[in-house]
Amino acid sequence: MIGAAILLCVLFIGLAAPFLHTMSPDAINPSVRNKLPGYESTLRDDDGNKFQFVHLMGTDSLGRDIYSRVVFGARVSLLIGATVAVMSALIGLILGLLAGYFRWLDAIVMRVMDGLMAIPAILLALSMVALLNAGLSTVILAIAITEIPRVVRLVRSVVLSVREEPYVEAAISVGTPTPVLLARHILPNTIAPLIVQTTYIAAHAILVEAVLSFLGVGISPETPTWGNIMAEGRAMFVMLPHNIFFPGLFLAVTVLAVNLFGDGLRDLLDPRMRKRL
Amino acid sequence: MTQPVLEIQALDISLPRGADRAHAVAQVSLTVNPGEIVCLVGESGSGKSAIAHTIMGLQAKALMPTAGKILLQGEDVLTMSSARLRQLRCTTMSMIFQEPMTALNPVFSCGEQIDEVLRTHTALTGSERQARVLDMIQKVGLPEPTRMMRSYPHQLSGGQRQRIMIAMALVLEPLLLIADEPTTALDVTTQAQILALIRTLQREHSTGVLFITHDFGVVAEIADRVAVLRQGELVEFGDKQQVLAHPAHPYTQMLIAAVPSMTPRVREVLVRGEVILRTERLVKTYPNSQAPAVNQVALELRRGETLGIVGESGSGKSTVARCVAKLITTTSGSIFQHEQDIAPLSNRQMRPLRQCVQIVFQDPYRSLNPRRTVGDSIVEGPMNYGATRHEAWRRASELMELVRLEPNMLQRFPHEFSGGQRQRICIARSLAMKPEILIADEAVSALDVSVQAQVLGLLDEVRDQLNLAMLFITHDLRVAAQVCDRIAVMSKGEIVETGRTVDVFLAPQHSYTKTLFAAAPGRDWLFEAGRARLKNKDAIQ
Repeated sequence: MIGAAILLCVLFIGLAAPFLHTMSPDAINPSVRNKLPGYESTLRDDDGNKFQFVHLMGTDSLGRDIYSRVVFGARVSLLIGATVAVMSALIGLILGLLAGYFRWLDAIVMRVMDGLMAIPAILLALSMVALLNAGLSTVILAIAITEIPRVVRLVRSVVLSVREEPYVEAAISVGTPTPVLLARHILPNTIAPLIVQTTYIAAHAILVEAVLSFLGVGISPETPTWGNIMAEGRAMFVMLPHNIFFPGLFLAVTVLAVNLFGDGLRDLLDPRMRKRL
Repeated sequence: MTQPVLEIQALDISLPRGADRAHAVAQVSLTVNPGEIVCLVGESGSGKSAIAHTIMGLQAKALMPTAGKILLQGEDVLTMSSARLRQLRCTTMSMIFQEPMTALNPVFSCGEQIDEVLRTHTALTGSERQARVLDMIQKVGLPEPTRMMRSYPHQLSGGQRQRIMIAMALVLEPLLLIADEPTTALDVTTQAQILALIRTLQREHSTGVLFITHDFGVVAEIADRVAVLRQGELVEFGDKQQVLAHPAHPYTQMLIAAVPSMTPRVREVLVRGEVILRTERLVKTYPNSQAPAVNQVALELRRGETLGIVGESGSGKSTVARCVAKLITTTSGSIFQHEQDIAPLSNRQMRPLRQCVQIVFQDPYRSLNPRRTVGDSIVEGPMNYGATRHEAWRRASELMELVRLEPNMLQRFPHEFSGGQRQRICIARSLAMKPEILIADEAVSALDVSVQAQVLGLLDEVRDQLNLAMLFITHDLRVAAQVCDRIAVMSKGEIVETGRTVDVFLAPQHSYTKTLFAAAPGRDWLFEAGRARLKNKDAIQ
């Protein structure tokens, strides 16, 4: 439940970024480069009036306000986490159901999945970004592809055990057509573990995106993502750790929150655990 | 008078709040003397296993003993330290469990597991211990002790595993042996051997045995004294002869009356109906196995009659049922349903023909989808064949009345029903399809005797009312004797004998059938008219 609370906060930050930020996340100000958190700069507004401005988390090597960038970065991270989770869950669910139920499909689908699993996620993403153009959709696609095999395996294992249940055989013997059988009797059993797995995938996707951005093969560097901000601060890390510290903190807390949320969901959805709660 | 090995005084075991009753066990007092076998009988949920586990100090956290004493040779088990309890286990009291498959650790050899007992409780040297283990394996009647000692549990059969369990329990010659349904998971012939083994070893060392069972056949076979439990209360405790022949408590009378008699019941079939199902040279070989599970099986089923398929586990009786219901494909042979061979038909071609054959499964807890109301489960079939929701629900309500359940229960979920009720619902679901053939695959095996009797009665009634043909698959000869008009005995995938139930029961021809009948527990007792009596005084000592 703590996980859910933190997650709601991060979601709020992401949604309300246009109101929370103190200045444009892309605004470059060469006169205030590499300032520590709490630095007060003097700026002019459009009318030429001077005003004091506080950089809550300092500035980076181009003089951009890190606080504003981190706040906007939450949007990208959550977007990627959610899209990757939903995409891989849907595709994985369909493939897993088919592989688990139809014996002849099983070998084909699972060997492909084994092949996919053998390729390191980062490597696959690297080559996809190299082949296609770098951008949000490419990154999402690249991460989703590497997550699908896990979902397929999970769903397949549930289907394999449920298809032997007498109530499934009973449904066959009362003439239920196979698609209905899958949707009505088998699919509901996969939902609970799938939801839990999905949250872990979301957490992992957020991490992988940060890694890709950090390596410079993810989303283009001017877009504020937590990974990009950290990549930007890498060179000056020893002298100016705040550049990496703040986005890193947000990243760690968010991933932790998603994982906690997943654990909570698992307990909630498992009737045996629920009794104990 | 000698001191009893075990004396339970007014034992109370509480159930967690929210359970259907306050106590798992209430005010139970009983004794086990050296050298006698006390059978603790009761239906599921009566608290018999709770007592056994509490004696051993193995009770679940939720089941705490709240009052009373369990005196093991005068020493109270309930108040002793866990260190003392550990000392006593295996040396003074031992336990064998129901499931020999899961009671042994699969990663240690059988020898090591018996040896562990000796290593923990004795100061014997390695070679002395090995000699003891070998001696014990020999005593429980296992062939090739040296090989047995080195084998792992998965390499042994169920009966052999149970022998290893017994060897482990008795290696230190404890004074008390607790046997928790030790033969329930075994075939009748194996069961007979294990019962005889427990009897012999127990006599040799004059061990006191607390034998837990739900089967009155086993009670008749092995008990000296009998204790009957109902919902945690001891309703009757006395000599076997007394309890079986003159049960005093109405509950005991009801239980004994519900035990099906071994004497076949002859049902007058006025006109033999036409053949609606016939198999010819039916063969089913599962992938990755050499021997066929079903080999050259020929059956014939007529309208209005019940054909029983009797056999031990692995004999292929369930495979026949599943072939006939077209839940699995056949390897070769034909299945004629109204002169149409359905064996080669694909799933799709089969769909319009599925209404004819319906099946009721063994496990009432798994044969209904837990996420759907029982009403939804019952109307699913008819709606697949074009019935409107309204029609199907109306028919479901009628069927609920037929199986003696309230029509308004259709809105409920399976977990709100007991095992017996669920099995009625499964029968209703099958009947909703208006089948001509009803297959009951061990449909009453998971039920308590009293419930079993009711469901059997219901099946009988339904068959007569709707003029069904019934294929009744069971391992229980008593049940078969009561329900079936004709019987086919299966062994290793083949039908070894077939004929009218009366003929097969009174004059079995094949040697396997004879062995099967000789192994049936309590065969020397007649369970009739609410009491049991010895068939032949000379037959039992």
